[in-house]
Amino acid sequence: MNVPILQMRGITKTFPGVKALQDVTLDVNRGEVHAICGENGAGKSTLMKVLSGVYAHNTFDGDILFENEPCDFSSITDSEKRGIVIIHQELALSPYLSIAENIYLGNELAKNGWVDWRKTNLEAAKLLARVGLSENPVTPIQHISVGKQQLVEIAKALSKEVKLLILDEPTAALNDEDSDHLLDLILHLKGQGVTSIIISHKLNEIRKVADAVTIIRDGKSIETLRLDQGQITQERIIRGMVGRDLESLYPDRTPNIGEEVLRIEDWTVQHPQDHARTVVHNASLNVRKGEVVGLAGLMGAGRTELAMSVFGRTYGRTVSGRVYKYGEEINTSTVSDAIDHGIAYATEDRKHYGLNLIEDIKRNISMAALNKLAKRGWVDGNKETTVANHYRKSMNIKAPSVAAITGKLSGGNQQKVVLSKWMFSDPDVLILDEPTRGIDVGAKFEIYTIIAELAAAGKAVIVISSELPELLGICDRIYTLSAGHITGEVPIAEATQETLMHFMTKEKE
Amino acid sequence: MSALRESLGFLTSRLRQVGIFVALILIVILFQVLTDGILLQPQNVTNLVVQNSYILILAIGMVMVIIAGHIDLSVGSIAGFIGAVAGVMIVHWGWAWWLAIPACLLVGALVGAWQGYWIAYVGIPAFIVTLAGMLIFRGLTLITLKNQQITPFPNELRALGGGFLPDISGGTSVLEWLTVILGVGGTAAILFQALKERRVRRKFNLENEPMAWFAVKNGFIAVLMLIITFLLASYRGTPIVLIVLAVLVIVYSALMNNSIFGRHTYAIGGNLHAAELSGIKTKKVTFRLFVNMGVLAALAGLVFTARLNSAQPAGGTGFELDSIAAAFIGGAAVQGGIGTVAGAMIGGLIMGVLNNGMSILGLGTDYQQLIKGLVLLLAVGFDIFNKNRTGAGGGSSMGRRFKWKTTPPATEAAPAATTEPVGVDAK
Repeated sequence: MNVPILQMRGITKTFPGVKALQDVTLDVNRGEVHAICGENGAGKSTLMKVLSGVYAHNTFDGDILFENEPCDFSSITDSEKRGIVIIHQELALSPYLSIAENIYLGNELAKNGWVDWRKTNLEAAKLLARVGLSENPVTPIQHISVGKQQLVEIAKALSKEVKLLILDEPTAALNDEDSDHLLDLILHLKGQGVTSIIISHKLNEIRKVADAVTIIRDGKSIETLRLDQGQITQERIIRGMVGRDLESLYPDRTPNIGEEVLRIEDWTVQHPQDHARTVVHNASLNVRKGEVVGLAGLMGAGRTELAMSVFGRTYGRTVSGRVYKYGEEINTSTVSDAIDHGIAYATEDRKHYGLNLIEDIKRNISMAALNKLAKRGWVDGNKETTVANHYRKSMNIKAPSVAAITGKLSGGNQQKVVLSKWMFSDPDVLILDEPTRGIDVGAKFEIYTIIAELAAAGKAVIVISSELPELLGICDRIYTLSAGHITGEVPIAEATQETLMHFMTKEKE
Repeated sequence: MSALRESLGFLTSRLRQVGIFVALILIVILFQVLTDGILLQPQNVTNLVVQNSYILILAIGMVMVIIAGHIDLSVGSIAGFIGAVAGVMIVHWGWAWWLAIPACLLVGALVGAWQGYWIAYVGIPAFIVTLAGMLIFRGLTLITLKNQQITPFPNELRALGGGFLPDISGGTSVLEWLTVILGVGGTAAILFQALKERRVRRKFNLENEPMAWFAVKNGFIAVLMLIITFLLASYRGTPIVLIVLAVLVIVYSALMNNSIFGRHTYAIGGNLHAAELSGIKTKKVTFRLFVNMGVLAALAGLVFTARLNSAQPAGGTGFELDSIAAAFIGGAAVQGGIGTVAGAMIGGLIMGVLNNGMSILGLGTDYQQLIKGLVLLLAVGFDIFNKNRTGAGGGSSMGRRFKWKTTPPATEAAPAATTEPVGVDAK
């Protein structure tokens, strides 16, 4: 029964300065559904990119055996030839082409260079039947829901005669019904002999479909749990995912917590495109002066969506709920309103939403509060440079001068520029979204110190993070989000990684 | 020795800015030789200034629009339309020039507001809106003129296109003294400003250009200014439109560098999302940029009409292409966020010298267009080449993502993994 189809041995993948994967082992048996679990950034997606040839065989160490033959993939085409197909989290479909065209994109059913449309649509219809999608193959992709698009991706994989199907967080963007359907389909395909690897942090899903679970943490494979040995339990998976040593990576601080600064009540946000999806449900939370409040949740839980919708409605279309500052209701419906009310939001994606990478440090720092440097619309350049030099020194931004272009700085220093920008806007509430994403340990400590200093200076700080140890290390109180619901509010004294993970994976009542 | 190496390193890091300068000089020398010295004769230099003034005026607005990440294809038609409006107001209705000029600028602002509304608030790409505008305002020009030119204009308006500052020496001197005073004074002001800026940069510990480059650059600018002053002064003096242009360049350079509006323009073009999330009212800024473009296009239309002494149905045709080319040759980035008013002026001069030089040589418009097209292609191609070489700024995140193998680890690398050049080893 347990015939191995895939063996990955000693996989080590290094990016400049960071070991993304270290000696990872993965064994998948033929005909099973194998889940890969781990926190955000643990290395799951990197491992799958290694397997599917996105990273060519000479860019990592280790061996891959597929059906007992070694694999030297240089590109995704090579792995697809062997029957390994990966479906990424962001779907790679062309919205204006039909379902059938998308299924055979790059692999057209053609004769002498001319597409055989009859055959294309006929074959596509057969594949759609296999995945249980009752849509006309000529329907443009944009006219079907995300859930159905996911099925089209699977149909596309089937058209390539897939033996091993890799799904990277396939249900992250789906509603419950679509998710259930997709999981059923995976089980159905298993019956037809297709082996699947599914990356997910949704423990209930894993319990439903997985025959085996491999846990990855900090780029290492921790263990493989097998259903037939009764090892797949929620507790076991959580322990595996979080069980790392808490090093003393965090600055000491004695919180001095005062009155309530910001309160959000009954906050509900709909997805900007898919109105049927509610991304945040009736969330209520508050933060007090001098307090660092954590917002924990797995990917897709709605943390960033919550923060951005509060910060000037920058996410979501229909938003309802109330925001109070010092007990008075305030209007934060545009970014400048939010800034005027003393709210700052430092984004999780600093390259796309945080910085003007082609501009220098000083102009990035002044961007959110230019009026503080200006008289009658004219900016005082000397004052701007003075301000920027002040932050360069106090935040320890490593750059030749404040005239250096931010795009050339390292991630940690870029993050410090983003923080400087918001500190200069002099907010009362700072929402920091993944403030240490993509930066190394040394710079992380500096960021934690800055957060502690902000709190000590009487600011109210909300930190969104996927790294539980980080939240435990710097917060006074932690809210957990799961599927858009606030599922828990834990004072730091009672918080452990296990309790948080329990709340974060809790299904809604 | 080390100073030399430092200068060389600096020059290669600023290849673009240096390159455009050198290109302008080479083109001037080339045509000076090819035309047997006609190019730099006093009368021709005066012509060069006056002939290109309206393109340069348009290029100021155009580079601002391009910095914000947009484009404006309609400026030629707007200039033609405003010429027609001026003709109707002044010649048909008999309005005084001092009333007609502000009225025309106001019409320009309304035209800009019309386009800015569709672009900023409705969200139609500027390319489409202004392509439509190109047709709409050409059509309105023809309707306004009833397909016939309007002429003649009063002398006061014509002075805007072909007039000169009065000769204070009463025509007795070989050199026009007012021009000499303005030219020398202007040169001194530029040098003073450059020195002041250098001092400020040193005071705030910002890296400065190497002294050698600073001296060569400013020395060169000063010599150039003085030569032009001498040439203008030995013909008929300072064209009025040159004063207008100089004022515009100074004001708009300051606006782009030091005003909130200018800073917001760069921020929008550099990263629209980051600008929005920093509380910048991006729609309002975009709207204002197009209103401003409309006013400048109106001014260009007035200057052009004044110079021809007639409002013509085809007036302004092709201006949009020359002004867009000027902005891009002058170093504006296609993706937005980068560009300067001064650069656009140099780009405009390159186009102007090419036009003028080739006309003197008797090359037909066929060859002129061919050569101008190639120059534009080469200038922007050089930009892209240069960017890829240094890996700096711009470019899609995708491109950068796949480039990490060839760039040193100090720049951004793989999606999840970023390194600190100076600092602790990760994990």
